[in-house]
Amino acid sequence: MRFAGAIAAVLLIANTAFAAEIPQAERRSGYDFMKPDTKAMQDEDTANPGMLWVLDGEALWKRKAGTANKACADCHDDARTSMKGVAARYPALDKATGRPIDLEQRINSCRTNHQQATPLPFESRELLALTAFVARQSQGARIETGADPQLAPFIAKGRELYMQRQGQLNLGCANCHDDNWDKRLAGSAITQGHPTGYPLYRLEWQSLGSLQRRLRACITGIRAQAYDYGAPELVELELYLMSRARGMPMDAPAVRP
Amino acid sequence: MASALINVPAKAKRGDIIEIKTLMSHIMETGYRHTASGEVVPRNIITGFTCRFNGNEIFRADLFPAFAANPFITFFTTATESGKFEFEWIGDQGFSETASASIMVE
Amino acid sequence: MQQLPNSSRRQFLGLAGGAAVLGALPVVIVRPAEATPAMLASAIQNVTGGAAVRTGKVKLDIPPLVENGNTVPMTVSVNHPMAPEDHVRSIHVFNEKNPQPNIANFHLSPQNGRAQVSTRIRLADSQKIVAIAKLSDGSFWSASVDVVVTLAACTEEVI
Repeated sequence: MRFAGAIAAVLLIANTAFAAEIPQAERRSGYDFMKPDTKAMQDEDTANPGMLWVLDGEALWKRKAGTANKACADCHDDARTSMKGVAARYPALDKATGRPIDLEQRINSCRTNHQQATPLPFESRELLALTAFVARQSQGARIETGADPQLAPFIAKGRELYMQRQGQLNLGCANCHDDNWDKRLAGSAITQGHPTGYPLYRLEWQSLGSLQRRLRACITGIRAQAYDYGAPELVELELYLMSRARGMPMDAPAVRP
Repeated sequence: MASALINVPAKAKRGDIIEIKTLMSHIMETGYRHTASGEVVPRNIITGFTCRFNGNEIFRADLFPAFAANPFITFFTTATESGKFEFEWIGDQGFSETASASIMVE
Repeated sequence: MQQLPNSSRRQFLGLAGGAAVLGALPVVIVRPAEATPAMLASAIQNVTGGAAVRTGKVKLDIPPLVENGNTVPMTVSVNHPMAPEDHVRSIHVFNEKNPQPNIANFHLSPQNGRAQVSTRIRLADSQKIVAIAKLSDGSFWSASVDVVVTLAACTEEVI
């Protein structure tokens, strides 16, 4: 705790950004900030538009792909068993590169290496469907991301990215999501920024989208140059956010405004 | 690709009034949006939804661009006999999808 | 309901600079951005044929303050039996300020047992929603609700 306090103090001086980390007991899922109607949309599978992607993902899971002509199911069998709890510990360390990768990149690396298929484009319907299907298998599971000590330097980097002020509006993620959560911005609640429900159906998108899409939109919103899809910075941010949410239950695919 | 989510109770008692929920995957492009170069993005919506039970129409909806994407429609029906619900969605650009669900009424 | 404001201006400047033909600039016809009360009235007229519309029986359930105008949950119900000889034939929902006045028409049958339909709609702005029910005896009943929309129905594209 003291060590964490020291880091916070250094960042405070370095970035002139006052960021009080949210105490464990006060952590709340984005779900808690939603109006009853939005919550109702998420609660029921037939009412949750995100489930349409999960259904698509279930079909894709069994579809053969690539020159290897293999389906996900050929190696991973029933996702309900093999993928249980997996999304709750992503982004994870990729042993091949020694760097963290997120779920979308993991699915694509599987496609390239084991199915000999072309990777799916970011935010494509197929990639979202597969990610949603896999993430769904972690419903209710407590987030465990970042437990691996080898991820520590990347989590620290992600935290730095989270704290730094940037863009024309000179805001850091922490300014809203650590310091001003539960206030409102343009009519919507500012949540604490825990990605427990990704990939999620955003009413503003009228579609399911990934955490990277959301991060890019936010960064663009503060008038900074957004990192490219798949950029190491985005993965480090995802890693930090998920490890910051450690212990919270997953609820993908969520519904948010 | 699965396109629809239907919620029909598998069983019901005769005379029960049950709720049927349907969710169909569709962008519902309004026809009022413009691209960056100023062209109108053409309208592409579901225009009609019909539900038949054992061949008889029990519910029909006319949809307009004011429907949100991935149209969600719920309605009620009385459980009179066992049988099959057939759902049909039609729309712009030749859109046509069907789904069905069975119910056992005792 | 999203319009990029710079597009038409850029087009205009491009044409003016390039063509330099005075008096021959094309006119861009812009669709009215919102329905008018007159359009709403005439849309209702199309359904009722000018018959009297009484207030009552119909209930419009919409959150008074919506989170996002893109997806507004709406439940419309009519407090009336659904018997073969006396039932609700159809429910028609209208709005005031979207680009066009119609939202939905629901055609029911006695089989429904209950005249209640739920869906999700788009609202471009804070406005009035009107629901009109047509009964099997030919009478019309209505209800209306004022909805405040803080975030209008604008879709954020993939960036």
